[in-house]
Amino acid sequence: MFKILQKSISIGTVTAEYPRVAPHLAEQFRGRLEFDFAAWSDARPAADVCPTGAIAIHDCDGVRQVTVDYGRCIFCGECEQASADGAVRMTKQFELAVTDRRDLVITAEYALQADGHHGELLSFSSGPIAEEPGKRIEAAIHKLLGRSLAIRQVDAGSCNGCEQEIVALNNPVHDIERFGIRFVASPRHADMLLVTGPVTRNMELALRKTWAATPDPKVVVAVGACGISGGIFGTNYASLGGVDAVIPVDVYIPGCPPRPEALLHGILLALGLVRQRMGTHPRG
Amino acid sequence: MTSLLNNLRECFPEQIRAVEETAPGQFTVLLDGPDATEMARHLMSGYQARLVTVFAEDRVQVEGVFYLYYVFDRPGDPSWLILKASVAAENPTFPSLAAEFPAVNWQEREIQDWFGLEAVGHPNPRRVALHDNWPDVHPLRKDFPLDTVLPPFEGERHVYRPAHGEGVFHIPVGPVHAGIIEPGHFDFAVAGEPILYLQLRMFYTHKGTEKLFENLPIQRAVFLAESISGDSAFSHGTAFCRAIEQASGIEVPARAQFQRTILLELERIVNHISDAGAIANDVGFVIANAHAGRVREILLGLCETLTGSRMLRGMVAPGGVRRDWQRTQVEAIEKTLKVVQREFRDLVAMLQSSNSTRERLQRTGILRAEKASMLGVVGVAGRASGVDLDLRRDHPYEAYRHLPFRVPVYQAGDVRHRLLVRIDEVSESIQMVRAAVTQLPDGPHRAPTQPIPPDRCAIGAVEGWRGEIVHWVHTGYGNCLERCKVKDPSLNNWPAIVEAVEGNIIADFPVINKSFNLSYSGTDR
Ligand code: SF4
Repeated sequence: MFKILQKSISIGTVTAEYPRVAPHLAEQFRGRLEFDFAAWSDARPAADVCPTGAIAIHDCDGVRQVTVDYGRCIFCGECEQASADGAVRMTKQFELAVTDRRDLVITAEYALQADGHHGELLSFSSGPIAEEPGKRIEAAIHKLLGRSLAIRQVDAGSCNGCEQEIVALNNPVHDIERFGIRFVASPRHADMLLVTGPVTRNMELALRKTWAATPDPKVVVAVGACGISGGIFGTNYASLGGVDAVIPVDVYIPGCPPRPEALLHGILLALGLVRQRMGTHPRG
Repeated sequence: MTSLLNNLRECFPEQIRAVEETAPGQFTVLLDGPDATEMARHLMSGYQARLVTVFAEDRVQVEGVFYLYYVFDRPGDPSWLILKASVAAENPTFPSLAAEFPAVNWQEREIQDWFGLEAVGHPNPRRVALHDNWPDVHPLRKDFPLDTVLPPFEGERHVYRPAHGEGVFHIPVGPVHAGIIEPGHFDFAVAGEPILYLQLRMFYTHKGTEKLFENLPIQRAVFLAESISGDSAFSHGTAFCRAIEQASGIEVPARAQFQRTILLELERIVNHISDAGAIANDVGFVIANAHAGRVREILLGLCETLTGSRMLRGMVAPGGVRRDWQRTQVEAIEKTLKVVQREFRDLVAMLQSSNSTRERLQRTGILRAEKASMLGVVGVAGRASGVDLDLRRDHPYEAYRHLPFRVPVYQAGDVRHRLLVRIDEVSESIQMVRAAVTQLPDGPHRAPTQPIPPDRCAIGAVEGWRGEIVHWVHTGYGNCLERCKVKDPSLNNWPAIVEAVEGNIIADFPVINKSFNLSYSGTDR
């Protein structure tokens, strides 16, 4: 026992201080894609290699519409490699959670040249800037925090990759309990459902039941490319796609899987919603 | 292998239509008709061959038949033997081997569910992959479209065998569990505390993966392979790429072979260490788990430095790896391992210092050696129960033939020994990674991309941290796939949990389950 204590003391504090302090990210980490739309001469190579259809093109009447869906992206980096003009770049930005699914989709329109390359950039939407950086959210929450938050995690069909990172939230480095957040065993005790996907046909009923068993007001967070859109699995005979195909979703956290800080960012964002709803919808 | 093939030709002159080396070291014996049972018996009794996996393929539109593939290996021979039997579309049945070889019990039932081929004589022919409330469909038949919208499900999902007797009752658990784990349904029949028997209902996370592979461009398919089981992304990705490479004759450059080996071993170290922590946690040793979690974070940082992903995703590719390493990245390996080795030693000392932990783990959840080999149990769970198998040694691939390592095997088969196998393997793996780093050759990290020839079949097999991962591909036209069969080690190991829990108290189920730590998604696909 003494040895164990000694070990614990010798290690000291290991807990990361995100969101107060930016996390340490490896130089190689692949976060959000950034596009230099004006310099992008051809989106076809990127769309061709994209394994999930996150980059899609639609040519019509001499106009090319390019859509990028961060809710499908698995951050593989293939589009960056395939785009010779350097217009597609992976950044280290990981705070990508949003409350509106539409904010994860950006588009650009080009006049189309005869050889399929882009002509003039006609329009573009600037895309998902993290709705609220983690720092600001946390400051706001500190003011609101009256009691702890209980999360029920539901795996509605994932490959178990997202669960790996969700479990990491409980380790001493990410230590989610420092925010008064804890994972609970029953939906009846939960304020928030943290759901991974894709939602399989076989998990649909269990997910609906879990949602119904969670008392109001509740917040649902969809985790990862598969939880948001079905990801690489999409929709098929066995997969219903993203979580919002089955239950209403309040916060979407992109990633494959989202790293623990990205999860925290999304959970803190959702926590803000819980607070708001508590105000209008107090529990008896 | 030559003498074995000659012997088969002698013993079964009527039945063998052709013998072909379909990929390097992979021999396919094409049979006349659907009955491979005699030959399978002959191989298993006469040559100590092991039936690794059984699966089917729908070739009705092209050749008018379904094929069954029986994959064998045998001790001391690194090649694979594949019996290929044909089932006529008009008579969709085949003789079952499950009564004699329980290892194929689930796999034959999968063939029934996915393809609608009846395994005649199967001791328990009920559905396994499709739940009982699914309509009568066979999703891996080629005439079943991937995007079929099935009608709403009706009726019971699964009817469990009733438990009789005084004081006997059922405890249903799942599919949503209390912790952060994957979904599945467990039905315990208990008499007081002890578990009489456990019935499993898996395939809750079935997401059409094998169907999705069909017609998928191979370059994209790699990412699907990485999503079969998220804690084994690199191993599954590598098994898939190896199958493609074997099928198309792509030579992986030496540097990439070493890089893959290093990453495969890192995946093993990460998962074994977190399992050691989780097993301790389930018997109340929370501090040990906290330390394991911390060490895991150190390792995941290294994974990110080497691949850009904490989960080692987006790195492996047909022909090698996607990104080369700079000197600083390679140096990070040694630096990190030094810390990890020290921390791991402390973790092991901590685990061993606790008598109460030892008591809870010892003689808990015993899987007897005879049962393990009968059920075809593989990987960590197998090696803790006397099953001396390890693809890294038995079918060496990548850089393993250049690295010295020991394969730990125990007989006791309890939770403690499944933990010991992991502990031993972590030490071995750390040495292997070190040796691989010192030998890391210069040169290209990826072979030039080339078109993949159509209509080739090959196996890619990798010893993942959990056990043997086998992918089998049939290439199609236009760099796409005809079929990809995936066998995760979990598939054979689930029935072993049923054996291991019998007679244990229900409170010990979590730690027994954790000591196997099987993949639901890998099973369900
Ligand atoms: S990084 Fe995202 S958008 Fe780019 S190819 Fe990969 S999945 Fe597609």
